[in-house]
Amino acid sequence: MSVASTSQSILFGKLSLSALPLNEAIVVWTFVVVAIGAVAVLAALTYFRLWGYLWREWFTSVDHKKIGIMYMVLGIIMLLRGFADAVMMRLQQAWAFNGSEGYLNAHHYDQIFTAHGVIMIFFVAMPLVTGLMNYVVPLQIGARDVSFPFLNNFSFWMTTAGAVLVMMSLFIGEFAQTGWLAYPPLSGIDGSPGVGVDYYIWALQIAGVGTTLSGINLICTIIKMRAPGMDMMKMPVFTWTSLCTNVLIVATFPVLTAVLVLLSLDRYVGTNFFTSDLGGNPMMYVNLIWIWGHPEVYILVLPAFGIFSEVTSTFTGKRLFGYTSMVYATVVITILSYLVWLHHFFTMGSGASVNSFFGITTMIISIPTGAKMFNWLFTMYRGRIRFEAPMMWTIAFMLTFVIGGMTGVLLAVPPADFVLHNSLFLVAHFHNVIIGGVLYGLFAGMIYWWPKAFGFRLHPLLGKFSFWFWVIGFWFAFMPLYVLGLMGVTRRLRVFDDPSQQIWFMIAGFGAFLIFLGIVCFLLQIAYSIWKRDELRDETGDPWDGRTLEWATSSPPPAYNFAFTPVVHDNDAWSDMKKRGYQRPLTGYRPIHMPRNTGAGVILAGISLVLGFALIWHIWWLVAVSFVGLIATAIAHTFNYNRDYYIPAEEVTRTEEERTRALAAAGV
Amino acid sequence: MANQAITADMGHAPAFHLAEEPHHPEGHSTPLGFWLYLMSDCLIFAILFAVYAVLGGNFAAGPSPKDLFDLNLVAVNTAMLLLSSITFGFAMLSMARQRKGATLAWLAVTGLFGLAFLGIELYEFHHMIHLGATPQRSAFLSAFFTLVGTHGLHVTFGTLWLVTLMVQIGRFGLIPANRRRMTCLSMFWHFLDVIWIGVFTIVYLMGMLR
Ligand code: HEM
Ligand SMILES: [Cu+2]
Repeated sequence: MSVASTSQSILFGKLSLSALPLNEAIVVWTFVVVAIGAVAVLAALTYFRLWGYLWREWFTSVDHKKIGIMYMVLGIIMLLRGFADAVMMRLQQAWAFNGSEGYLNAHHYDQIFTAHGVIMIFFVAMPLVTGLMNYVVPLQIGARDVSFPFLNNFSFWMTTAGAVLVMMSLFIGEFAQTGWLAYPPLSGIDGSPGVGVDYYIWALQIAGVGTTLSGINLICTIIKMRAPGMDMMKMPVFTWTSLCTNVLIVATFPVLTAVLVLLSLDRYVGTNFFTSDLGGNPMMYVNLIWIWGHPEVYILVLPAFGIFSEVTSTFTGKRLFGYTSMVYATVVITILSYLVWLHHFFTMGSGASVNSFFGITTMIISIPTGAKMFNWLFTMYRGRIRFEAPMMWTIAFMLTFVIGGMTGVLLAVPPADFVLHNSLFLVAHFHNVIIGGVLYGLFAGMIYWWPKAFGFRLHPLLGKFSFWFWVIGFWFAFMPLYVLGLMGVTRRLRVFDDPSQQIWFMIAGFGAFLIFLGIVCFLLQIAYSIWKRDELRDETGDPWDGRTLEWATSSPPPAYNFAFTPVVHDNDAWSDMKKRGYQRPLTGYRPIHMPRNTGAGVILAGISLVLGFALIWHIWWLVAVSFVGLIATAIAHTFNYNRDYYIPAEEVTRTEEERTRALAAAGV
Repeated sequence: MANQAITADMGHAPAFHLAEEPHHPEGHSTPLGFWLYLMSDCLIFAILFAVYAVLGGNFAAGPSPKDLFDLNLVAVNTAMLLLSSITFGFAMLSMARQRKGATLAWLAVTGLFGLAFLGIELYEFHHMIHLGATPQRSAFLSAFFTLVGTHGLHVTFGTLWLVTLMVQIGRFGLIPANRRRMTCLSMFWHFLDVIWIGVFTIVYLMGMLR
């Protein structure tokens, strides 16, 4: 299918019926299934009259806990889409041997690997990480909410608007066929005249606004809203890693924004930043985007490190070994992550000195990372380890991530990279660290904090099934890629010549099937646990014998998190409180100052979505209308000065007395 | 979890909670948050400067700074922006003295200087494009128009914000929320001044030396 790019109408811009991929049977069937599903969900919501509830209690909520949960829902839905793309690639690559073309044409296949990468990084890993930080950080520091609650809601909806744009590209037009970083000149207007790259650009720009603002928000929250007594070196490690991650977000996402602006100018206005003529320089794009891109991988993995730290110390019942070194290692990684970007293109030809510099800085990063590994090991050493699901994910992480880290150090050796660059070895390496590090961490975190968020545990047995399918599936799916990479197979290939390689792709496909079972078990685990929630109920608010403040309040916590602001005397504040016989106060409640819900975030993000769509399709009148609408709505919102209210003391008393009764009934 | 029970003896455990609501004055994180935003914006400019540094000499056989820039005009323009920063300072001083009328008046003057700056910049752009020095002509011109234009867009939004804030101060007075907004806008305005000094030096002065 090719999108007609020459004919433009005033009313619809480049958009016409031929933009619908009606001749791609796979897409049409996907659309049919998705449409049926969507209609069913919408009908159910209407039938059960849930719209009002959703709007009032969730969509317009400025409660960091609800926003955190909405981020998680977004991430999990997008994981299904990203994984569907992965399975399609695995199938195609196992199939397209011996002269067979497989079942996907090149146009479609190229969109799939691009969409897979973009979705997994921006709309799975990022929302899941942001969601956990949103949910957990204010609780860990004993705060009522984040610094800017409205901004938090707005950030979430901007991220969602970006995800919606990517999903729309599946059925209206096309997505980029450039790979997930859209290098020019391929992504320039001559290389990609269709709307695919424009979908890519505007989805990332809109979501990027949300990400940057949420980064600013969480930094402020951590700096300004900590409970009295919690100085920096008493912060829980997850809060520390979140702080570093958000510093990285604020200090790198603007780079991505700027680079994509320049690419858009090349495409829309005809400037010459990254063109090959009139003085443009395509390699500048590659440099700039990796100046964002390398810190991005640490943005994802640092919070995972924080989760592993919390989980390890909780499930070994010990204080974390080497807290201070853990904090310093995190900070060092944060800084070093800016000094390594060139390792993504040693083959650019910048010469031996430059390449050695970046090779060595890259290897140096493995030192603080290794220090962390030892801290976790020493925490476990002679601890009384409880092998609950989060701990199992942590151990799987340690085994997997070390291997991924070692292949990373291999790739950091420039001469080795000249051989392995752009090969399946690289693909195996980054899945090794991103699945083994980020995804495992997110699973550990989701299971660990689930009882906090919902008041009941996840079913352990199904969780273990999911765990084993994922872990074993991972090895089957990605070890063959190391082998293939060493054989010289490059990435992003659709058909193959050498029949001896087919078996490895089949093994990788089998691994993807096991991972599929892992995802199914994960979803079943959630569904089954919701069904059996009364049996899995936890009234204590502290099901794992936790150590940090989030476990000091009820599960789920009340809107105001803590009836009284906690005072911190030690690391692992809650553990300290329990040890020293802390008693929950039962009287003396005060009215609590809270932010008010608002629909402005949904509306602004909705208009941004329309603006993005209009820009993609060159519908200039709609661009003008929605842009003016966006500014006008934003200004109108600033005229609303009435943004907070008090929860009356009686209501706090009522909520807290209910908790007292529940605690008594549970016999604690 | 026995220690959570209400029966344990109080003993000499230190206080583990505040009896009173902690007093976070409304909007106490706003200056920090806004400053962080400015730093992220600064990074966008940093990239645009870097791009200009890399591409600024790629004229593609087209016009170079010497053919295009009129330093006198740029000097006048710079003066407009610097003066607007001073008048914004006066607006802040009036606000500190609780003088609503004077604050609004100084803001109006600031806005006019801002508009003068934009007018001159638009004239310069128009003139260059008229000479055939369009953003498409060479990488140097792409980088020039993008860097200077992004700054101009910021000034445009700043002016829009300034007008909005004038309306709000007129309507609601110098209430804490509006004072906070004034602080933010003033940071924004001075920030744009600083960026402009970078533009003036690196693009215009060093361009003429090139
Ligand atoms: C869950 C199981 C997963 C499977 C089976 C899988 C499979 C694949 C495959 C087959 C490719 C294309 C390799 C090639 O170029 O030939 C790929 C690329 C990629 N994957 Fe995954 N993947 C998975 C999870 C993830 C996750 C969790 C992330 C990130 C959070 C991720 C990020 C990427 C990226 C960035 C690319 C590069 C896309 C490009 O070439 O532009 N993947 N993956
Ligand atoms: Cu890197």
